[in-house]
Amino acid sequence: MKAISKVYTWIIFIFLYAPIVVLMVFSFNDSKSRVVWNGFTLSWYERLFQNEEILNALTNTLIIAVITAVCATILGTAAAIGIRGMNKWVKRVVMNLTNLPMVNPEIVTGVSMLLLFVFLHDRLGILKPGMATLIIAHITFCLPYVVLNVMPKLRQMDPHLYEAAQDLGCHPVPAFFKVVLPEIMPGIVTGMIMAFTLSIDDFVISYFTGGTTQTLPVAIYSMTRKIVSPEINALSTILFGAVMILLIIINLRQIRDQKRQKANRKGVAKA
Amino acid sequence: MMKSRTAALPYVVWMVIFIVVPMALVVFFSFTDRSGHFTLENIVNVGKYSTVFLRSIWLGALATVICLLLGYPMAYIISRAAGARQSVMIMLIMLPMWMNFLLRTYAWMTLLENNGLINRLLGAIGLEPLQLINTQGAVVLGMVYNFLPFMILPLYSVMAKMDSRVIEAAQDLGANGFKVFYRVILPLSVPGIITGITMVFVPAVSTFIISKMLGGGANLLIGDLIDMQFLGNSYNPNLGSAISLVLMVLILICMGIMNQFDDGENTGGMMI
Amino acid sequence: MEKQSIISLQNIAVSFDGDVVLRDLNLSIQDGEFVTLLGPSGCGKTTTLRVIGGFVTPDSGDVFFNGKRINDLPPYKRNVNTIFQKYALFPHLNVYENVAFGMRVHKKKEAEIRERVQEMLKMVNLSGFDKRKVDSLSGGQQQRVAIARALANHPKVLLLDEPLGALDLKLRKDMQAELKNIQQQTGITFIFVTHDQEEALSMSDTVVVMDKGQIQQIGTPQDIYNEPKNAFVADFIGESNIVDGVMHANYLVEFAGRKFDCLDYGFEKMEPVDVVIRPEDIKVVPPMQGHISGEVTSVTFKGVHYEIIVDVEGFKWMIQSTESQRPGDVIGMILDPDDIHIMKKSEYSSEVGDYSAFSDEIYEEVHQEEQAGGEA
Repeated sequence: MKAISKVYTWIIFIFLYAPIVVLMVFSFNDSKSRVVWNGFTLSWYERLFQNEEILNALTNTLIIAVITAVCATILGTAAAIGIRGMNKWVKRVVMNLTNLPMVNPEIVTGVSMLLLFVFLHDRLGILKPGMATLIIAHITFCLPYVVLNVMPKLRQMDPHLYEAAQDLGCHPVPAFFKVVLPEIMPGIVTGMIMAFTLSIDDFVISYFTGGTTQTLPVAIYSMTRKIVSPEINALSTILFGAVMILLIIINLRQIRDQKRQKANRKGVAKA
Repeated sequence: MMKSRTAALPYVVWMVIFIVVPMALVVFFSFTDRSGHFTLENIVNVGKYSTVFLRSIWLGALATVICLLLGYPMAYIISRAAGARQSVMIMLIMLPMWMNFLLRTYAWMTLLENNGLINRLLGAIGLEPLQLINTQGAVVLGMVYNFLPFMILPLYSVMAKMDSRVIEAAQDLGANGFKVFYRVILPLSVPGIITGITMVFVPAVSTFIISKMLGGGANLLIGDLIDMQFLGNSYNPNLGSAISLVLMVLILICMGIMNQFDDGENTGGMMI
Repeated sequence: MEKQSIISLQNIAVSFDGDVVLRDLNLSIQDGEFVTLLGPSGCGKTTTLRVIGGFVTPDSGDVFFNGKRINDLPPYKRNVNTIFQKYALFPHLNVYENVAFGMRVHKKKEAEIRERVQEMLKMVNLSGFDKRKVDSLSGGQQQRVAIARALANHPKVLLLDEPLGALDLKLRKDMQAELKNIQQQTGITFIFVTHDQEEALSMSDTVVVMDKGQIQQIGTPQDIYNEPKNAFVADFIGESNIVDGVMHANYLVEFAGRKFDCLDYGFEKMEPVDVVIRPEDIKVVPPMQGHISGEVTSVTFKGVHYEIIVDVEGFKWMIQSTESQRPGDVIGMILDPDDIHIMKKSEYSSEVGDYSAFSDEIYEEVHQEEQAGGEA
């Protein structure tokens, strides 16, 4: 039984990683061929960094991701706090509103926003599809993730903490920043990281709402439609490396948090 | 915190403008013609594409079933592994998800090509090359490859919460391996199965990239159809909206049916 | 006009979503008093505390602090500090910073803060714990930090919301003594909320018994115990035999089929009343020598005393006695005038019964089930 599960695990992981490994290996291939190995080179990486289109798209993606992460985090955190104070009925409506973009197929969210932006541009002359619409669209689909990450932290928090700060003479607004914010910070940070990565990774919604402005995934898409160049492989390798580093950081953070909690529990038991 | 409700106001306004209003626009466009007059023509015209709908549902369902069959044992193996191993394995399952799915699909493109790596290997051992790319099989493979983690993760999170003593208790009461699985593990993992099916089926049935890259021109899916009406050659947002609306309703019905199997408790959960 | 009180609640009414939590509540508290709000859960005691703290605004009525109306004063401006249920210590701050929190908010000088924090930590026996994380502390230690944090602000009044509820019995007793000690040392008014009657009796100068959003009785612990105002108070505080009786005249009451002399007066002639006799006040004598007699139905050893249930013509009495009896024996009971306490009939009269349902065996079984359930 143990041997079978070991073999099975290997098969699944090979299935998941083999295409990626092949892709990465051929980013160093000294030939346009995606099949025959002709020797090691870094020229595709050089070419990549001279590719205006890609570099432009990368800049766009990063600008959008940063703005999206910041805006979605602020709006979403405020929303989570507000939702907590709502009565049952209103809360249910708002939570359904929050879940809607998460259950809706991405393509439907994408085209529906495209309709809105075209409508606004044609009828009211505002918001030409481009950078601004991309940012709005990204904030919209990232918001629910922030809300859903902050809400559990608020629920776990001792509801008296905020009152305790006011009881000790703190005005409600600084009390929030001094006491509530540090408590829900882990949820906010996770939500922010998620918003950032989701924004970078998004293709479908950017494809429909970007107009002629390209994000990196959209640029990759148009590259795969045209002639195929190992530059894409090089780009994949870089992106994969970046994501891996980010994930390792997140995981280390989680492990650290868990360890701290465990240590604390031990401390209590001893005392 | 009585007045804190106002903090949610910007969010609610935002979501109404950028989620609710666009949805309303989709409905509006579905039932109007180019000049803005009410018509049922678009909805009727969707019927012309029933083969595309059936193909999308068939391929999406096939991919979902394969994901379930592949993912279930994997999730179970991970959930029974030792603690530290578990988190490493889960991270390894998630890692490919964070590579852009265009690139993942592109990777398969290079493998499945007529003179791609797989056919070269077949040739090397003296076999005839196969037509791999631009087939329905390739589309399903692309879906399975892209969405398998969406199946494994919810299954895992349900199974990890399963008390191993419950399984021991079943064995103690005389159940053999198969009976333990059938009577205890399977019923307990139903919420994870439902979340997994939803998380695979919804993106699979509405995808338009996988079919384009791996299916060639011949295997159009609903997503491609919508894409064509908005950004493609046959520009017709009214028809596109109608197709989107039908797709949404279709998925809502599917999810409604799935939720019949769930006892209402929302497990599975989100993870990064 | 009596001496001015530090806190005064007048005609307070509070309701949440249509549920009345407090109705027409009047209470005044003297400076330096140790007052306990005692009652079952849901009686409104915590809400009363939150009205004083400023976390609940009453629907009607007024809150006075030193004679000044403070209805609209937000919590952070009130010279009142609270020790919350489960303490609400700030988990991201260490012990020192928790205690210093209030002074930092008030922009006190660093040297002053340092001195005051040390003073407070010394008072609660936590010197040297400055740098510890609060969630690495035991329940009792967290409790002490909460006390130090609240008192560091020099409050006029300290509100304590079931502060000992999370502690085990031994620690609870120690903390009771310590709290009382701190209160006497500092002279600060303590308003203490609990559902534990023993805690209330042993710590307080004044006990306020509450139920259903209303004050049932205010008095010293002795008053509350010896002179309960109605059947609820008698039943909630300690064990009591509550029987139906009729006042024949001043100092003369009839119950259990005969007339007794008593110390109570001022009732209507032939007014129906509730009669309270505490189990430890009943003297056991041979059957013929007692005022009333009955058959012993069960005897339970309780450590300090035996708990004896006696059937007197169908009504089960409880007696606490240092001498055991044999079940089945008939015994006599003597009720002296000062053991008898007469109360007016109230809405609670019909709710309290005799001890017929009282059985240690049943209690044991339920208790064991609970434990088994807890383990599973």
